[in-house]
Amino acid sequence: MALFASSLYHEGVTSAIVVAGMPEAVVELLNKALVGELTVIDRKGHLRTDPLIPFWDGRYILMTSSILFSRKLEDIKRNPRVSLSLSDPVGIPAQPFSRATIQGDARVIDDDLHRGWYRLLPLWEAKEPIIKTFLKPMQKLGLPLFWERAVIEILPQRVLWWPDGDTTRDPQVTDIREAAA
Amino acid sequence: MNLGDALSRLPGFSHAVLVVPDERGYPLSVATSFRVVDGTVEVTPASTGPSAVRDTVEARLVVSHIRPYPGVGYDQRRYIELSGTLSVGGSAWRFNPQGARGWDEQDLSFPELCQRALPQARRYLANLSTERGRPVTPQMSAGWRFFLATRLPFLTATIVPVFLGLAAAAYDRHFSLGLAALTLAGAMAVHLGLNVANDIFDTLSGVDAANLTPTKFSGGSRVLQYGLVSLRQMMALAAVFYAVAIVIGLVLVGISGLGLLWLGVAGVLISYFYTAPPLRLVHRGLGELCVALGFGPIMVLGAYFVQTGHYALRPLILSIPVAILVMLILYANEVPDRFADAKTGKRTLVVRMQPAAVIRGYVGAVAVAYLVVIAGVVFGVLPWPTLISLLTIPLAYQTWKGLSAHYDSPYQLMSYLGKNVNLHLLTGLLLVFGVLLGILVRR
Repeated sequence: MALFASSLYHEGVTSAIVVAGMPEAVVELLNKALVGELTVIDRKGHLRTDPLIPFWDGRYILMTSSILFSRKLEDIKRNPRVSLSLSDPVGIPAQPFSRATIQGDARVIDDDLHRGWYRLLPLWEAKEPIIKTFLKPMQKLGLPLFWERAVIEILPQRVLWWPDGDTTRDPQVTDIREAAA
Repeated sequence: MNLGDALSRLPGFSHAVLVVPDERGYPLSVATSFRVVDGTVEVTPASTGPSAVRDTVEARLVVSHIRPYPGVGYDQRRYIELSGTLSVGGSAWRFNPQGARGWDEQDLSFPELCQRALPQARRYLANLSTERGRPVTPQMSAGWRFFLATRLPFLTATIVPVFLGLAAAAYDRHFSLGLAALTLAGAMAVHLGLNVANDIFDTLSGVDAANLTPTKFSGGSRVLQYGLVSLRQMMALAAVFYAVAIVIGLVLVGISGLGLLWLGVAGVLISYFYTAPPLRLVHRGLGELCVALGFGPIMVLGAYFVQTGHYALRPLILSIPVAILVMLILYANEVPDRFADAKTGKRTLVVRMQPAAVIRGYVGAVAVAYLVVIAGVVFGVLPWPTLISLLTIPLAYQTWKGLSAHYDSPYQLMSYLGKNVNLHLLTGLLLVFGVLLGILVRR
């Protein structure tokens, strides 16, 4: 179990409360993942999945979404129940590779679309170093609305972890609240 | 993305994520392998612990790919989400796809994807505004909004001909710094007024909204599309620029003589009716001619007249190469805009012509620009140092090659559109330099 925040944790991100119960291997996946598949439930109750970069701050899974691609944000506001799959051996260069699914309750933080998400920048830059180049004023002029962004904060509820990535086998299941208690 | 297309792409992905609703009301996703069989997808059964996957009409099969790019991030982004029904049981589960959506950045560039998503961004901001009871708009400092709305960097198109007119006047032994500064200010005000008015009318006519492949050289400033500036603010800005231009113009007429008035009136009218109804000159295939006249003879001769009080052949000849090259900025910038322009009835030359003819037109026009300089020197109208402007021929060659190679790729074309802007700037400045050098040589 991860008793401490991930090595990528940055004190500017959010609280330093550490969630007992998140399997350490899954923390490793979250810290390495360049992509995860986030599924939300839309207004008609249909499932909708988009690839996004996940970050882990020790308590929450964090993501950021531009208002250009904000359907998922509207959906989360209506129904916070989401699922994140960490499945891609290429997009998640973790050793040894494993797979995980995290179900949780999400919240959209969009009170400051322009700068609120900057708190994720250290984590984002660690995975996508070029992002800082795109944030230069002249670069941002090209796609200004892409940089108006909300933060998605997911409180994990249940984690399914397949140690060697083989999902035909039973996963290790961790109910986070129970584990934390 | 249609279903057949999506299914044909599936084998290119290493694995899929199967998503179903679980009994607690959460989405449940699990990675699995798959194969496409006769329009359906066979999915390897997966174990999800206490929340077993069951038959459902609400299943999704998602494939996604990126290529990590160490030290940078990643590229080759693509994903597909299939919606359909799932039957579990047996050695292979059956996913029956009914719909598909997705994105492959090799088919649709990320900037274009963003342009297509503008309505969603506007909807989100509108909902947020309702939620909060106050307008929520994208943030950008006033300085950058001004920079973007006025398309400030394009002022080189004005600076070059004004400097050329001033250099020609200096060659003829007339130069007043105060009048030069006033001339430049007036000309820049007309140009900025034109840029802003162009955005206003292209927004009102739907041209800019229809353009999904804008570049920094084409498709307008997009401040209105992005909600960074309101239409009312743009109108006020255009009015201020035109008012400043008219006042300065009248002062210059008062100082230099009535001969300048007709040139000034022509400049303002061409600038305004470039996109404004009822004339909408650019919609009639006259945009190139207007730009050539406005940023060529009108500005060069105007700057010359202010200094000398008369017109002359030399500044007219000098204005022709820059007129052609500035026209070619517009002409080349219309290449990526041609589909949006055609859709909204903006019948530019590029819309009217076949690609091969557009390229030939470019080469021919560039050749004429340089030939005019050579002929001007040969016939003794231009000082021989103006031949230094021929140094930009390699840049013209590179631009032509890029235009030919990337005619259908707006974003790859962008760097060549930049070279095309530089071609006008450098050639114009070398002409200015050549004329000034001519003064020294003559002495």
